[in-house]
Amino acid sequence: MDPDVALAAHLAADLDRGFPVLVEAHASRLYTIAHRLLGTPGDAEEVAQDALVRAYRALVGYEAARIRELRLRPWLATITVNLARNRRRRVTDRQPAISLGPLVDAGLEPAEQADTGPATQAERTDTRRRLAAALLELPPGMRAAVVLRHVDGLSVAETAAALRLPEGTVKAQVSRGLARLRARLATINDPEPPPATRGATPRIQPHPTSVKELTA
Amino acid sequence: MITTSHPTADPDAALVSALRDLALPAPAMLARGALLETGLADAWATLSSPLGPIAVAWNGRGVSWIDRADDPAALEERFATRVGRSLTRATAVPDRLARAIESRLAGDRRVRIPLDLRGRTPFEVAVWMKALEIPVGEVRPYGWIAAEIGHPKAVRAVGSALAHNPVPLVVPCHRVVRSDGSIGQYSLGGPEAKRRILAAEGLAADELEASARAGIRYLGSATTRIVCLPTCHHARRITERHRRPFTSMPAAVAAGYRPCRACRPASGSGVAA
Repeated sequence: MDPDVALAAHLAADLDRGFPVLVEAHASRLYTIAHRLLGTPGDAEEVAQDALVRAYRALVGYEAARIRELRLRPWLATITVNLARNRRRRVTDRQPAISLGPLVDAGLEPAEQADTGPATQAERTDTRRRLAAALLELPPGMRAAVVLRHVDGLSVAETAAALRLPEGTVKAQVSRGLARLRARLATINDPEPPPATRGATPRIQPHPTSVKELTA
Repeated sequence: MITTSHPTADPDAALVSALRDLALPAPAMLARGALLETGLADAWATLSSPLGPIAVAWNGRGVSWIDRADDPAALEERFATRVGRSLTRATAVPDRLARAIESRLAGDRRVRIPLDLRGRTPFEVAVWMKALEIPVGEVRPYGWIAAEIGHPKAVRAVGSALAHNPVPLVVPCHRVVRSDGSIGQYSLGGPEAKRRILAAEGLAADELEASARAGIRYLGSATTRIVCLPTCHHARRITERHRRPFTSMPAAVAAGYRPCRACRPASGSGVAA
């Protein structure tokens, strides 16, 4: 059984006991969506928390039958994307044309788990940082489509439902978004870093998603 | 840089996989914050009071619990048993809430403090809301509350509701005493604590008990012909010369006195208000 179907049934039967389960299951993905849309951890945390609170308040007003029918993943994504959009508008009003790239470059990306060799790890972190920065340079609508479809892993149908767009539009936005990301990574990627940075540590397990591969 | 370790048919596959890799763990406080704001979990911190530091628990709906702060483990256990939600310690009570509680404890009854009284019976809530009307420095008998909320016979149930007051000090159950004048029990540290808090509010519990033991239940003013409960602010203004003690409301009524409109001494007296 789809865990979200079971969770929706739990929420319909006992909202106050079911909701902490929803928080546990969805907090990280909503935080990820908000972070990848906004680029700043503080804003992302506030948006994700607010999304959960709003979801709860909406559920309080829903009939049990309506809660059971809810498709929680896209529904929660919609709330998060809308809140992130409002937040970005406010931020843009305050500080026009802010570039989020430097913030990401300033080391606000979280540390990687130390389960790979140091060199690989550094390269992975670097890849993530560049990709996250490139994502933030996409136009907001395209960015939302790429984030929901590929960072969060919703299906095309779910992404379309979450963004209230036709599936065809979502497919086109995602495909154009991926093309732009590839192009952007190609321009910022130094094809051959200076030998000094390669280090003495032998790479044990090359990660399949190197920057070079992304730009292939 | 790194060469591909396995060839990919789809040129987007690696990019898609890297995007998937952008998932992040939520900060630890996020889930906690969401549960706190929706009122599904609570936080507590200490606040100073006339009784020393007290523990105040709250969530997004309001203040949910006030208790002794001396034994955090026992506090969290009591909360879990009686309220059934998880409770974690915070560094401080949120500013606005702390200021509101402090103003309330200082006697300002205009300050609104949101209270989370979910799961309590309408009777209990009615008792607590009535107790909130008792001014600082005054006390009322249990029977007075019972009569005022329309259940004149439910005096024991009123006592029980006050004993289960989840937010003592804010809901001033310490201002409710037995009709024989004795101070009665108090959840936040027993009768001694009750005496201390009443003294901090300007009321000498010993004098109150002594006069009650002498049979004095009401005080009338010979000039206004109005009769009050002994701690009513109007009664405390009556000069010695004009003060007329009464042992019962029928006696006061028979002497031609009418009940005070502020303290409504007829409530719970056996005389129709």
